[in-house]
Amino acid sequence: MSARHLLGIAELEVADIERLLRLTDSFVEVGRRRMPKVPALQGRTVTWLFYESSTRTRLSFEQAAKRLSADTLNFSVPTSSVNKGESLRDTVATIEAMGVDAIVVRHASSGVPHQVARWVSGSVINAGDGWHEHPTQALLDCYTIRDHLGGLDGLHIAIVGDINHSRVARSDVWAFTKLGAEVTLVAPPTLLPPSVEGWPVRVDHDLDAVLPTVDVVYLLRMQRERMLEALLPSLREYTACYGLTRRRVDLLRDKAIVMHPGPMNRGVEIAADVADLPRSVVIDQVRNGVAVRMAVLYDLLGSGADLSRDLPGRDAR
Amino acid sequence: MAERERRSTPPFGGVFVARTQVLDADDVRRAIWRMAHEVLERNHGLDDVVLVGLQTGGVTFAEAMAEALAKIDGEAPPLGTLDVAFHRDDIGLRPVLPSAVTEIPVDLTGRVVVLVDDVIFTGRTIRAALDAVHSYGRPRAVQLAVMVDRGHRELPIRPDFVGKNLPTRRDEVVNATLEGVEIGEMSKEHR
Repeated sequence: MSARHLLGIAELEVADIERLLRLTDSFVEVGRRRMPKVPALQGRTVTWLFYESSTRTRLSFEQAAKRLSADTLNFSVPTSSVNKGESLRDTVATIEAMGVDAIVVRHASSGVPHQVARWVSGSVINAGDGWHEHPTQALLDCYTIRDHLGGLDGLHIAIVGDINHSRVARSDVWAFTKLGAEVTLVAPPTLLPPSVEGWPVRVDHDLDAVLPTVDVVYLLRMQRERMLEALLPSLREYTACYGLTRRRVDLLRDKAIVMHPGPMNRGVEIAADVADLPRSVVIDQVRNGVAVRMAVLYDLLGSGADLSRDLPGRDAR
Repeated sequence: MAERERRSTPPFGGVFVARTQVLDADDVRRAIWRMAHEVLERNHGLDDVVLVGLQTGGVTFAEAMAEALAKIDGEAPPLGTLDVAFHRDDIGLRPVLPSAVTEIPVDLTGRVVVLVDDVIFTGRTIRAALDAVHSYGRPRAVQLAVMVDRGHRELPIRPDFVGKNLPTRRDEVVNATLEGVEIGEMSKEHR
């Protein structure tokens, strides 16, 4: 990893992504062992700073840290001094004073993990910041695609839904294209960013036309709160135009897979029975998430990639 | 694993320059056959024996030993490979990355596990391997076969089967493959 942090996919080199995916292979194997735990990060402490609700990401990070034998400090914003008006900076300083090696940050505002990274001496991992990035989700998506289809190079991937408000979409666009896939964004104009200039993607508004050409269809969660912003006439209309219904699944190629970052709104962006088809790999995504996060934690805290320069003239050992 | 890993990772990286050949390919083959016989003798056959090669240097020796055992005894024992990176005691002190995915084909509970490596030096790789093995069950016994024992142990670990005892200086590097065993140094040119 370029530095001691994982803040976004955009700043990663292809070699970084590939190293993390290779490392994930090893941690998937650890997960299959009778005793699926290694002592690699004994004595290291990881803490969570989650200013937004999350179940799977937080649990997944916690499982990853524990399988690496790291100690975890649980910090839950709703029951903390944040409610008493403590500033982010003071909260971070307090946590750091207790001695943590990595802070996993989720916040509704873009850029918060970057700011935290400037304040602390430990590693910072972005677990989702506003509409900006969610790098570990993109890594587990890449891993899952590679696992099912052998690699991303030359694949055509459609990302469907609320692109504008989605950090998953942004991280995925960078990750998929860096690994050689072609990406088409499919969404109504109101749910696309004002400009996709500079994004290495194509844009389409006709899902039926795109589906027969893709290897992966990646559905985003339709955030119901967007209805209030009058971006869509109704959820039913969204489903009619952009939902992955049974009829649309039949347009897909035989080997094409269906992905979703969760939590799914069954009946909105994905039909209930489609979510349970063999080609839907949603549960694999969650399973691989633990191994990917082990790889990220190990890469930052354990692999010592940033320590080599501090080791002059040791003896042959 | 030991030697190769030291060669390939900074700050130990560099180019191996051989100075002396100690064993040639025939010597290595004969040593593997002798060790295979010793494994059979010690365990009264191959019942419950599992060979586990340590990544990366031990794997080819484990394969060669399995082949020898199959020729001597008619049947090859189960063969696994183990990468001990996540169990090492120097994580955080130097770059430690796995070089391959571990593959243990059977539950090790009740088995006799014969660890196979190319060179034993400080013993720390073997300590990590002993730790890792227990993630796969509780073996009845663990034995250790190495092509070269070069001394300089830092832990109370001793191999059961040795291809060649080779006194060395600490700063020398031993390269053991099926093609032969050489002593040399790392050149000062770092990659």
